[in-house]
Amino acid sequence: MKPHVSRRQFLRIGALGAGTLAVAPTLFRHRPSAASTFPVQNGDTVTLTPTYCEICFWQCAGWVHAKNGRPWKIIGNEDDLHSRGRMCTRGTAGMGAYTDPDRLRTPLIREEGPRGQRFREATWDEAFDFIAARLESVREQYGPESLAMFSHGNGATHFKTLTKAFGSQNITAPSYAQCRGPRDDAFLLTFGEAVGSPERTDIENTRCLVLIGSHIGENLHNGQVQEMSSAIERDARIIVVDPRFSVAASKADRWLAIKPSTDLALLLAWIHVIVEEELYDAEYLAQYATGLDELKEAVRSNTPEWAYPITTIEPDVIRETARMMARNAPATLVHPGRHTTWYGDDTQRMRAVAILNALLGSWGRKGGFFYPSTASVPSPEHPPFPVPRWTWRDLAPNDYPFASSAIASLVRDATADPSMAPDHPVKAWLVYGSNLVYSLPDPDRTIEAIQNLDLLVAVDIQPSEICGWADVVLPECTYLERYDDLRILPGREPQIALRAPAFEPLYDTKPAAWMVRQLAARMGLDDFFPWDDMEDFLERRLRAVGSSLDEMMRIGVKTLPGASPLYIQPGEDVRFNTPSGRIELHSQQLAASGFDGVPRFTPHPEPPPGYYRLIQGRAPAHTFARTTNNPLLNELMSENDLWVNTATAEDWGLENGRYVHLRNQDDRVSRFPIRVRVTERIRPDCVYMAHGFGHTEKLLTKAFGRGVDDNEILADVKVDPVMGGTARRNTFVTFELATAEVEAI
Amino acid sequence: MEELITTQKLNPHIDPVLHIWGWEVPVYLFLGGLAAGLLLLGAISVLRGEDGRPTAQRLLAAVTPLLALGMGALFLDLEHKVNVFRFYTAFVVTAPMSWGSWILLVAVPVNLLLVAATARSVWPGSMAGLEQRVPALGRLASFSEPRTRVLAWSSVVLAVAVGIYTGILLSAYGARPFWNTAILGPIFLVSGVSAAAGAIQLVSRSQGERRWFERLDVGLLVVEIVLIGLMLVTMLSGPLQTRQAATLVLGGPLTVAFWVLVLAIGLLLPLALETWQLRGARLPAFLAPLLVIAGSLIFRFFIVEAGQMTGWIAY
Amino acid sequence: MVIDTKLCIGCADCVVACKTENEVPEGYCRDWIAEATSGTFPDLSLEYRSERCNHCDSPPCVHACPTGASFVDEESNVTLVDPDLCTGCKSCIAACPYDARFVLPEGYVSKCTFCIHRVREGLDPACVSACPTRCMHFGDLNDPQSDVSRLLRTRSWKVIAPAAGTEPNVYYLT
Ligand SMILES: Nc1nc2c(c(=O)[nH]1)N[C@H]1C(S)=C(S)[C@@H](COP(=O)(O)OP(=O)(O)OC[C@H]3O[C@@H](n4cnc5c(=O)[nH]c(N)nc54)[C@H](O)[C@@H]3O)O[C@H]1N2
Ligand SMILES: Nc1nc2c(c(=O)[nH]1)N[C@H]1C(S)=C(S)[C@@H](COP(=O)(O)OP(=O)(O)OC[C@H]3O[C@@H](n4cnc5c(=O)[nH]c(N)nc54)[C@H](O)[C@@H]3O)O[C@H]1N2
Ligand code: SF4
Ligand code: SF4
Ligand code: SF4
Ligand code: SF4
Ligand code: SF4
Ligand SMILES: [Mo]
Repeated sequence: MKPHVSRRQFLRIGALGAGTLAVAPTLFRHRPSAASTFPVQNGDTVTLTPTYCEICFWQCAGWVHAKNGRPWKIIGNEDDLHSRGRMCTRGTAGMGAYTDPDRLRTPLIREEGPRGQRFREATWDEAFDFIAARLESVREQYGPESLAMFSHGNGATHFKTLTKAFGSQNITAPSYAQCRGPRDDAFLLTFGEAVGSPERTDIENTRCLVLIGSHIGENLHNGQVQEMSSAIERDARIIVVDPRFSVAASKADRWLAIKPSTDLALLLAWIHVIVEEELYDAEYLAQYATGLDELKEAVRSNTPEWAYPITTIEPDVIRETARMMARNAPATLVHPGRHTTWYGDDTQRMRAVAILNALLGSWGRKGGFFYPSTASVPSPEHPPFPVPRWTWRDLAPNDYPFASSAIASLVRDATADPSMAPDHPVKAWLVYGSNLVYSLPDPDRTIEAIQNLDLLVAVDIQPSEICGWADVVLPECTYLERYDDLRILPGREPQIALRAPAFEPLYDTKPAAWMVRQLAARMGLDDFFPWDDMEDFLERRLRAVGSSLDEMMRIGVKTLPGASPLYIQPGEDVRFNTPSGRIELHSQQLAASGFDGVPRFTPHPEPPPGYYRLIQGRAPAHTFARTTNNPLLNELMSENDLWVNTATAEDWGLENGRYVHLRNQDDRVSRFPIRVRVTERIRPDCVYMAHGFGHTEKLLTKAFGRGVDDNEILADVKVDPVMGGTARRNTFVTFELATAEVEAI
Repeated sequence: MEELITTQKLNPHIDPVLHIWGWEVPVYLFLGGLAAGLLLLGAISVLRGEDGRPTAQRLLAAVTPLLALGMGALFLDLEHKVNVFRFYTAFVVTAPMSWGSWILLVAVPVNLLLVAATARSVWPGSMAGLEQRVPALGRLASFSEPRTRVLAWSSVVLAVAVGIYTGILLSAYGARPFWNTAILGPIFLVSGVSAAAGAIQLVSRSQGERRWFERLDVGLLVVEIVLIGLMLVTMLSGPLQTRQAATLVLGGPLTVAFWVLVLAIGLLLPLALETWQLRGARLPAFLAPLLVIAGSLIFRFFIVEAGQMTGWIAY
Repeated sequence: MVIDTKLCIGCADCVVACKTENEVPEGYCRDWIAEATSGTFPDLSLEYRSERCNHCDSPPCVHACPTGASFVDEESNVTLVDPDLCTGCKSCIAACPYDARFVLPEGYVSKCTFCIHRVREGLDPACVSACPTRCMHFGDLNDPQSDVSRLLRTRSWKVIAPAAGTEPNVYYLT
């Protein structure tokens, strides 16, 4: 085929082919909803198809509207507890994923030569034959466990089944050790249960909401946003701890502009006040908790006066807010946040949050944390999976004892450095809906790891950076063009939701389920997929719970019977899933493994003079780096800004709108410049940006080169010894003043 | 400190600064003003019973072509040209643009009749020849001549209306503080007449006539400068939005454009040259009148631009 | 229309909802978000406003339109543009103190219609029904029983640039 196509041109090949392969968007089926209240205008035919959103992982159910067969709009499903009839900004813009002209269009196979260089268009058969053959040789040479899968999103279900059927349990996701791992493990250690997703937080009923760096309102997880709004409307007290005047902070009664990295000191001081002033729920603790004495002892010296110079929060403010929480308890929710991999001692910080909630008696209480129910929907039976000889745990058998899920960064590191676990080589990656170059810290290391692979398959909808490093790229159609497995998630009521295709797949793209069946057939794993196609698969699952595909096409979301009580009943005997069967204020498990049984504050490094701590978060308009090229959302925000306090900006002579490069403490300079936003809304000692920008893939034409990718300039990534989380906020940056407004790119 | 930013507001030509009108509208306003000035001066000349083929009367023939050119410029500015006829399927009392369209529609026939009424005295030779070839012209002239005074008076009224209209068109926009001042109408009228006086000087071959219009122009320029001064003063003593609008020329982005281009080159320089000439200095005859005309054009460009840069909302 | 700034988070869902509902072409918008911060660190306040045409009681855009293309719909008091009458002279744009109007590529002027096509069907405007914080309310201000009337009676409110004298009909609860 074409020799010497440089990496930059990689998907241009795809684009050329697309002209011939393009299929006009046609309406898949015509099933107006029974619950339809939507106008049929001027003789237009409006068709509604049920879906649940794949733009982020809240998975809101909604209706895809087509007008005369053309894409029109997406509206929330009124019956859905995730969306309550309203999508968020990104979900409303979901159609952009479908219409984006930069989408992947056809399978691609890497040509001979170095990775990340040359690709050619391939047929699906070629792609599958290639993958099946390579996997077979990996199995022969190293064993099936050498396949690791990375994933994010509900479309991954069948690929996960395929991986397990192949003989590997090395299934991981950056949404654990790069995201909510510390939180979930800390709550597991304390209450024996994780917070989960969607969070079991009862914001709807809370009387006092405490947000510690959780920026709901910019973090647009729909249910949380809607519930926070209702809390504001009910005039609940809101306390926000954030170095930045976040949207949530602007709605709060008290904004504690904490010095970043010192939250644990504040938490310990709060615990100190509550313990010293005996503001805790003594009855609740007596019945359900253990370790109060060790806790009291441990926090004796953590006075507000002690915390003040560390956190810069005034002692009276600490006392007053602690009392505010206690006054409203147990309907006080100290929100555990979600993305919690911050400083490397994150599980301990999250433990302090859990302890604080326990003291306030909010776990299992109205306005605190509720007990969710999950629908139980059997799947078509398949043979048991082969038992692997080893799993990801064997990659570092002595580390991260409390990791409850596979650590993506650990699997990556073991791939990069085979000497870490010589008997457990990782030789093939299957990456579904995860842009590892963006989501794992130290992208160089990720690329190094990839060089050691015999096979990298990337399943994606757009030419994300990870695709550029793959051997085979499998273009999936978007969630609007496919069936996926039912959405079955914990919530206030057991609900199921259907995602059905609203349109025929554009170009030569296919649903993951179809890909998996094709691969399984070639790999002799058909037995694990005892169903004809997705309609059959869904029909059988649905029939098992007294529904049908037909019914779900009409209603989209169904609430199943069997909801369990949301709250602990007064005096109820509860056994917690911890070794003691009680809420563990002092963790025996942690202490036994050589960690602090009660969290202890240790200071984190401080930025050297002229440097500022780089903190980051979410932009309401985007989900990570996955929507930056969505035409509707790109219009809202096409690049990220660097928030710089007015005083800091003055020191540097920075004006609003000026572009700068960022240099971190290791002298790494951002590839692209970022636009400065001079604002009072941030402390002078740190700077802020939203994650997900600065794309390096030219084929993402709208996103390429716009803004800076925080991941690229992370430094001093500390690994949480408890569970392997990778901390992202010990990065310090200084400004390199760009000469031109925007560099020629 | 107040920080005000918007998400998504990015409509072309609206954000971040209004820019809906480019060169077409100022050119239209200029040509309209010039035509109005010529109509006024020509009609006055007729009413004063001047003979000896005065240039002012000859230039009455330029009024309709100028108006047509102006309306052509306006047409070019329309975004939905197929609907141009809609100007004449409605009359909206509150819309100066509607008044303008209709006034112009009336001004054209009145001007043409006035030209017919004066043609035999202004162009005795050519008119005779023309009448032979197109007898209708003769009948038109004969029809108009007895009505000359009525036509001339109507022309005066229409000329003032058009001249003022070119200013009112802008000053009626309450949304644009830099325009929203009643003085703009008179300024535009004076500026139009001054440009017309300049045009007459350019074309006139009579020394006496040129002197006369030079003197008139000096007066008009002084009045115009005073009116512009007054405009700034009223703006500065007005509400917040107009005060802010005035800062556009008092240190703001249009400061140089205003003081150098509009005031110094467009008004003071021609004024100085003309006064100098009246005192006997010998300069190329076209210099001052050309500057007057250019000044009038620049002024309209400036005003149209400045108004669009001002508004009620700070983002 | 009444918008509660205490609840609005500036998420711009209303903007996207308007774009998809009304098929507003790429690069144009009928509504937008204003973010106003005041104060100095750490004594700050922040207000988000979802803004659009105010459907003014005294609409200068309508007054300035030479062709009658801009008009107030009698039944609903909503300010609308009739593309068949519009010449694209942009007089109405110059007249609107809120810069709420724009010219579509087709040449005629467009802006927020208060989703009159939905309101006539008894639905809320698209932006109102999409807003995840439920901070927007739509209804009849002449009806004292309506949600909007009740909110304006019981809460403090403001309109944008009242001094422009257009008597705007989008109210912001403060
Ligand atoms: N530097 C930095 N790193 C971070 C974070 C951060 O804030 N900063 N955040 C962390 C957090 S909280 C998380 S949860 C993780 C998330 O990190 P990832 O798990 O990597 O998740 P996404 O960024 O959502 O993955 C996006 C990929 O999925 C593709 N995709 C989108 N839709 C589909 C689909 O329907 N099918 C398929 N096959 N692919 C699809 C996109 O094109 C894109 O390539 O990142 C973590 N990493
Ligand atoms: N719009 C949108 N919403 C999303 C996502 C998205 O991509 N886009 N992703 C979703 C996912 S997967 C996740 S995990 C969540 C993440 O969302 P969250 O869990 O809410 O937030 P984080 O990213 O951890 O934190 C960001 C906030 O922490 C503040 N912060 C930074 N450093 C510190 C510190 O040292 N102390 C304190 N107290 N605060 C600090 C920042 O100023 C910022 O306001 O968002 C979810 N929601
Ligand atoms: S929160 Fe928004 S992006 Fe996420 S699933 Fe729901 S609608 Fe989609
Ligand atoms: S959707 Fe609602 S909360 Fe979001 S910006 Fe618009 S009005 Fe505000
Ligand atoms: S906001 Fe502007 S466009 Fe809307 S009615 Fe008022 S003046 Fe007219
Ligand atoms: S642009 Fe259209 S709607 Fe606006 S004033 Fe002109 S004719 Fe009227
Ligand atoms: S009312 Fe309708 S047209 Fe107006 S901004 Fe809202 S969605 Fe757009
Ligand atoms: Mo996450």
